[in-house]
This record gives sequence, C-alpha cells and structure tokens, in this order.
Amino acid sequence: MAANGERKAVAPDQRCAIGLTFGNSYSSIACTIDDSAVVIANEDGDRQIPSILSYVDGEEYTGTQAKAFLVRNANNTLVSFRDFLGQDFKSIDPTHCHAAAHPQDANGSVAFSVQDKAEGDASTLSVSEVATRYIRRLVQSASDYLGKKVTSAVLTIPTNFTDKQCEALIQAANNADLEVLQLIKEPVADVLAYDARPEAILEDKNIVVADLGGTRSDVAVIASRGGMYTILATAHDYEFAGVHLDKVLMDHFAKEFMKKNKDVDPRENARSLAKLKAESESAKKALSIGTNASFSVESLAEGIDFQSTINRLRYETVARNVLGGINRLVEGVVKSAGLDVLDIDEVILSGGTSHTPRIAANMRNIFPESTQIQAPSTNPSAINPSELQARGAALQASLIQEYETEDVDQSTHPAVTTVAHITNAIGVVSTAVPARRTIHINGPKEGGDVLIKVIEGNTHIKVTKPEPKPEKKDEEKDEDDSDFSDDEEEEEDKREKVWKSGETLAEAAIRGLKKGSKVEVTVNVAADLGVTIAAREVGGKGGVRGNIAAP
Amino acid sequence: MASTTKVERPLPTLPEGWSAEKDFKPVGKTTGSTQRTIEPVGPHFLAHARRARHKRTFSEDDRIQAQEKAKNIEQNDDSDVSEPEDPMMLQREAKDWKSQDHYQVLGLSKYRYKATEDQVKRAHRKKVLKHHPDKKAASGATEDDNFFKCIQKATEVLLDPVKRRQFDSVDEKADVEPPTKKEAQKNYLKAWGKVFKAEARFSKNPNVPMLGGDDATKPEVDEFYNFWYNFDSWRTFEYLDEDVPDDNENRDQKRHMERKNANARKKKKADDNARLRKLLDECAAGDDRIKRFRKEANAAKNKKKADKEAAEAKAKEDARLKKEAEEKAAKEAEEKAKTDREANKKAKEAAKNAVKKNKRVIKGSVKDANYFASGGEASAEQVNTVLNDVEIVQSKVDPEEIAALAGKLNGLKVADEIKNVWAEEVKRLVGAGKLKDGELKALA
Repeated sequence: MAANGERKAVAPDQRCAIGLTFGNSYSSIACTIDDSAVVIANEDGDRQIPSILSYVDGEEYTGTQAKAFLVRNANNTLVSFRDFLGQDFKSIDPTHCHAAAHPQDANGSVAFSVQDKAEGDASTLSVSEVATRYIRRLVQSASDYLGKKVTSAVLTIPTNFTDKQCEALIQAANNADLEVLQLIKEPVADVLAYDARPEAILEDKNIVVADLGGTRSDVAVIASRGGMYTILATAHDYEFAGVHLDKVLMDHFAKEFMKKNKDVDPRENARSLAKLKAESESAKKALSIGTNASFSVESLAEGIDFQSTINRLRYETVARNVLGGINRLVEGVVKSAGLDVLDIDEVILSGGTSHTPRIAANMRNIFPESTQIQAPSTNPSAINPSELQARGAALQASLIQEYETEDVDQSTHPAVTTVAHITNAIGVVSTAVPARRTIHINGPKEGGDVLIKVIEGNTHIKVTKPEPKPEKKDEEKDEDDSDFSDDEEEEEDKREKVWKSGETLAEAAIRGLKKGSKVEVTVNVAADLGVTIAAREVGGKGGVRGNIAAP
Repeated sequence: MASTTKVERPLPTLPEGWSAEKDFKPVGKTTGSTQRTIEPVGPHFLAHARRARHKRTFSEDDRIQAQEKAKNIEQNDDSDVSEPEDPMMLQREAKDWKSQDHYQVLGLSKYRYKATEDQVKRAHRKKVLKHHPDKKAASGATEDDNFFKCIQKATEVLLDPVKRRQFDSVDEKADVEPPTKKEAQKNYLKAWGKVFKAEARFSKNPNVPMLGGDDATKPEVDEFYNFWYNFDSWRTFEYLDEDVPDDNENRDQKRHMERKNANARKKKKADDNARLRKLLDECAAGDDRIKRFRKEANAAKNKKKADKEAAEAKAKEDARLKKEAEEKAAKEAEEKAKTDREANKKAKEAAKNAVKKNKRVIKGSVKDANYFASGGEASAEQVNTVLNDVEIVQSKVDPEEIAALAGKLNGLKVADEIKNVWAEEVKRLVGAGKLKDGELKALA
C-alpha cells in the first residue's frame, strides 16, 4: 500500500489518460481519439462493465462473467461496493449486497470475507482492496484496448461524495497503479459530454441532469454559463432506481409463476431469486428497446421451467410507483434550486435506467416544449445515457493530461473555483464573474442614431388565462432571446417566463448607423463586479466604451 | 470564446435631446452577488482558471492564446527540418526502386518506422516542390525526372500500410547494432536497451517489456527475457522476393519462382529468429542483473545451510562450555570443603587448648586463693571439695563462659577477690538455673 496522503503522480509526457466511471452497478472506461470520446469495450465486449468481482477456485472474474456467478457462487461474489469506500460500517446500506457477499465490520470500516484463493481459509478484503482489484481490471482492459499502459484517469464521483470518500477512492486507484488526474462530479461529466459534441452551440442554459443508476438516482440542476458549470441544487434518492424497476418485474413474474405452480414462491429460495433477478433485468433492458419482452428461466424453482412475456404497457403499469417517484424527484430538485420548470432549457438523462422510454416521456410532460430532453427515445441524436459519464471524464482527461499535477491542483483550488455570481442579468443571465458576453442587435432599418440602454433583467413566471394572447414584455435589448414557453393543454392556464426590466445601468448612443447595419454590444463583468460596456457598429470603427463602477 | 448572440429586435432610435459625455452615461449600479462554486471541468473552465491564475483579462488572454497557437503552428512546420540530400541518391534510377531507402528519399531517415502518415505527406509535398521536373526544366536543366519518380515511389510505398509494413520489415537501417565491448562497458543496459527498443517494432504484441535499468526487479527481468525468447514477430520478407514473371506463358517457371520465394522467406524468417536469439544470448551473458539475482538466490540457499550449521556448532559449543563450568564448580566446592574441614579442626583444637588453659587458670585461681581456707594450709578435704566444686562449675558452663571467668580470675592473687568472683559466678549460674542451690559445697 502506498503511504497515505502520498498521491501518485506521473509526468505529463508519460501519461496515458482515460476517463473512468466507477459506479455501484456498472462501470465504463473511455478514451479520446482525435478529440472525440470513445467508450472502450472490455474483453467480453461490454461497454457497461458490471461492477462485480467473483472468485471461483482462486480465479478472479469481473464484469458479466462475475455477474453470472451471482446464481451459483453468491458468497464469493462482491457487488455494489463503490459506495462503501471511505465509509464507516455504521453508515453503509448493505441492502444490495444481500444476494452476494455480505459486508462485515472490520474495526469500524467495511470489509468482505471471500474465498479468493484456491486453498486455505477465506480471506478478509477491505473495501479499498476490493475497489483496487476492480479498478486494476478496468485499467487492464483499457490498456489492452489502447495498446499502451494506462497511467492516469479522470474519475467521476456523485455530488454527495465526502472528502473522505474521495480520498478513499483516490487511494484505491493509486493502489491499482493509476494516477487520479481529477475527480469530477457525475452530472458535470454528463453535461460536458453533450457540450463537447461538434454540433453543440455555446449558450447560457439551465440543465437538469437526471442520473438514474442501478442503486441510486441523483438529480442535479446545473447552470451552464459561457461553458462554465455551476451546480445549483442536487437531490439523491435510493428508493427509485434501477433495482426497484427490477423488483417490480420480479414480483410480477413471481406472481405469474405462482399462478401456474401453487405454493412455490421463487422468491423464497436464494438461487431462484438470483435467477429471477437476472432475467428480470434483461427483460427490463429488452423493454427499453422493444415493446415486448420474453422472460424465460430454466428450472426457476423446484426444477420447473418458466416462460412468459410482458409488454411495455404492462411494465409501465406495474412500475408506476417507481416512475412516479423519479418524476417527483426531478420536480423537487428544480424547485429547490429556486427555479421553475420553465427556466430549464435542457434535461439530460444519464445512467442505465434512463433507457426506459417512459421516463423520457414523463420528462417531456413535466417540462415545456422548448426544453430539450436528451434521451434516446425522445431525441435520436442523444448520446447513449450509459456512456455519458465515461465520455465526459475522458474529455476532461484529454483536456488536462498535459498539465502538471500541481497545475491541476491549483486550478481546482477553491480560490479559483469560488467566484461571485451576479444575481440579476445584465444583458447576461445570472452568471459567474468574470464574464464577457457579446451580442449583435439589428439597427433600425433606415439607420441613424440609436440608443443603447443596459438594464438589469429579472425573470418571473407569468400565469395567464388562455384567452388573451400575452404580449412579450421585454422591450429592451436583453440578449436572452426569452422564448415563449407554452406549457400544458389549451384549457389550462398559460404559464410563461417573461423578462422584467430592472434598474437601468447605463445608456449609450451610437450615432450615424448605416442602413441595415448591426450594433455589437460587449458586456464585460470583472471579478469585482465592475462592468465595462463597449458598443460599436459591426464592421465600424471606434464606438462607445464606458465603465460602471463596482458596487 | 467570443461567441455572439443575435437579437433580431431593432434598436430604438435616439430620443431627441439625449446627450452625454462621450455618448456614454452610467446610470445605476449592479445589484449584489452571491458566492457560488463553479465546477472545475471543461474547456471554458480551463480558460477561466488560466485567466484567474495569471490575472489576465479576457482580451489579454485571447491575445496570448492566439499568439501561442500561431507559434505552435510555426513550430510544427519547422519540426521536419530537411535533411541534407545525398548527391548519390539524387542520381538514382527510378527503376531500381526496390533497393532505394524510401525514408531517405523523403528525408525522413531519422524517423523511419516512427514517421506518421502526416509526416510522410508533408515530406512528400516538400520534396515535390523542390524536385518537380517542371522546375528543373525551368532552371534549364535536362529533362530528368528520375529522382522525382523515386519520390513518387517512396510516397506510394510509405502511404500504403501494407507496402509500408513490408518495407519496414526489411528496413535494416532502423536496426541498432549491438554495442561493442567498449560501448557496453560504459553503460551496458542503456546500450543494449536501444537495440531492443529498435527490435520491438517487429512485435505483434504492442506491450513489449523493455530491458529496464539496474534497479529492475527479478520478475521484471524474467519477464523481459521470457518475452523476448518467445518473441512473436510480424516481420515478413516478401519485399525481398525475386520478381515473379507476370506472363501467362510459362506457368511452371512462375510456380518455380513462387516456391523459391516462399522458401527464401521461410529461411529469412528462421535466420531472423536465430539472429534475435543470438542477440538475446549475448545480452544475457553480460547482464549483471542476472548474475546478481543468481548470486542472491545462491546466497539465500547457502544462508539457510550456513544458518543450520552455525546453529549446530553453537549448540555443541554451548554443551561443552556448560560441562566445563560444571566440572570447575564441582572442583571448587571440593576444595572449599577440604579447607573448611581443616580450619574447623584447627579452630576446635584451639578452642580445646583455650578451654584447657582456662581450666588451668580457674584451678590455679582456687589454688591461689589457697582453696578459700582461712589461714594456714588448706586441708586435703577442703581442697578436695573446692576442686570438686570447680569441676562441677566447669562441667556446667560452656567454653565462652569459662573464658570469661578465666579472664576475670586471671591476674587476681588476693583470696577474697578470687572468692568474690567465684561467688558471683556461682550466683549467676544458679540464677540461670544451671546449678542447683546447695549443689556446691565450698564455693557457695
């Protein structure tokens, strides 16, 4: 074990960096090839690699192979251990390990007891050791794919990871001979993956990232301002996640089975339960792609084979509770960010559970028309939600791999990352400072002198009855082209976001505009909130420039 | 960075009578701000961090970035500084392309198999610009496009992955010669490391272990030799094939040539494997690390044996020392007993003598006191009683008391004093219960 606190560092010219998402249920690895991220398949051909380790006769198995052993070798199979890193035994939730090796208390920390050698007694592995072994396998897969040894990685973490958990994760990675370039928050990695697409346009927007995973759902509201991301609110939920969708399917099929075979409950036998779970999960995945899925298990319980089918509608009915929970979660986090659904410009669905078409459809209903829902079933150009985080991490890795470790540390220091955000828009939406925005405004058709008035803006939600067509209120040249956002059905109230002009900050005049020309206004907000405004005719010379002193 | 937003709405015209100094009039101030943390992720954050750390403004940063970018592009252009062209090479006949060094023709001799496709393309362009026949014609030279054809052929080979691999596999100029003894003396591992680095280009497995330095561990060294002794090379030798006649007339001849070529390839491949093995044998023979590991292994083995022997010898020595110590102790004890016995004997004799002497003194004292007879000679009976009493007293008291009594009596000549002493002694003895009252007749 490396000395505590001693972080592994590799010289920038010898780095080979990847993005690594180490999840509770699945992990992914990605690298960048020619500036675009590519998710790497492991030797089994999986791009989503189950975060499972299994030991059979001293052989170590990971991924899909290990997952298959949940049926026959549950006691020596380790699942769902990521969240245990850096945690006390008291504070962990061992539910998901119920059908596998159980976590044990080792002087307050978490450990597993597994038979990892062919002979001898079972050995006790700390959760850090387990994570190290798993990460080592991931790195090996990536190295095999790339043909050179992977030395460094950017890892993703949930937004609620404590410093201790981060430290434990870094330590586990270091022990696996992997340098951690940076830990980035999962929702931010998702946003980065979308923003790095060549067709993406840089604009100020509010994004909801719903990371719906196997064992937990995390939702975050992120403000993207000039390509910089600020997390406004987060919510974490352990009740409405992938396993709960599996659970409803398991219950459904168990009941079907019991209808045909009285008094045989496949949920009472551990092995039958494991088979039921495995097949339910694949049925769930099949339902994300097609409208029908077949379910068949040989010798489900007491040697009886079972075969059945389910259609998507039926599935959505039995899973109503879980799906509804996810909706409430998303609505709740938007509210806790102090925003309205109308303020949200984009919803990114990430994580394996996001493949479920119903969830995307629900989001479509919650948010207004103008909001983009980035999910495979609503947007054909959406990125595979399971790959988002790994891609984001890989992009970040390619961005920072040329920098010295020290530089990265300095740049991520709170002194750099914590900055003032203006509360009211100054032609620019509330954003981190320093900031600079440039806007082009059409001049009057006939040319001549014009007045530019820079004012603070405020949004508010206007509720109107359906009859009168609401008038757009912002008459000033606020750069935000605040769209009308229609929502709900015809009969209901119309809710829309409107800009209200606040206090006037400055006025400027441009004289002698040519016919049909445009005016370019650049608003520059310094770190001390001093504002510089420059206005000039596009293509023209000179122009007007002025300062507004810091408050 | 400087993305702009377009607003369709036209600007209002300037109201009448509006005027300000320099056409700009600050009116209000921005409302307050809140502190929030931005996520340190993404290209725009990097730009932000760069500005924050170097305290640059937006325009400064844009300018510096643009400068650096421009510099980078220029550097890229300069990176392939043209190599001097060998005049002999320029004289080459295009039809001898099989024997030409394509990398040298394009001026990429120092890159060889490492040259990227991009480098090849750029080198080609550069050479074409220089050696195009039209240019030569313009400068009045003869119409000689031989070298231009060489360039075209070289590019054709190097830009085709299959052909390039065939050429690379016989490109012996990229080999590093094994070091001479003199070179190897200086830094053995470094000198040989270069050889294997060059050889590694033929490996099918991209993860090739390298020779490593002096501090390499035994598993690392073992892995290196195991890998290289089982080296899986993609090297082929079809580039050196003799031309197969391409006419349909003589099939037998064609087949014969093909067979001959296949055999030649096989032989070359075998020779190449043998060559690599020989290289490895040579390298291993002088590798100090192997010697060191063997020595260490031997030392470990010997150490066990030596430890065992040492333990046995120590046990033997311990037993001997213990025996000797025991013998010595017994001897000493015996001697001590002997001397003790003698000393006892002497002391006893001395005590006996002292008692005898004291008894004499006591008896003498009675005599000196004239047997307590008052005047004249003491009668025989008196003498007898007194002496009898003295005998009784002497028999009752132990030698120390006799000595004390003798001490008191010694030197006394006066009869009364002697009698007093005796009287006291008798009283003391009676008091101590050693004598019974009236047992003594004369001395009471």
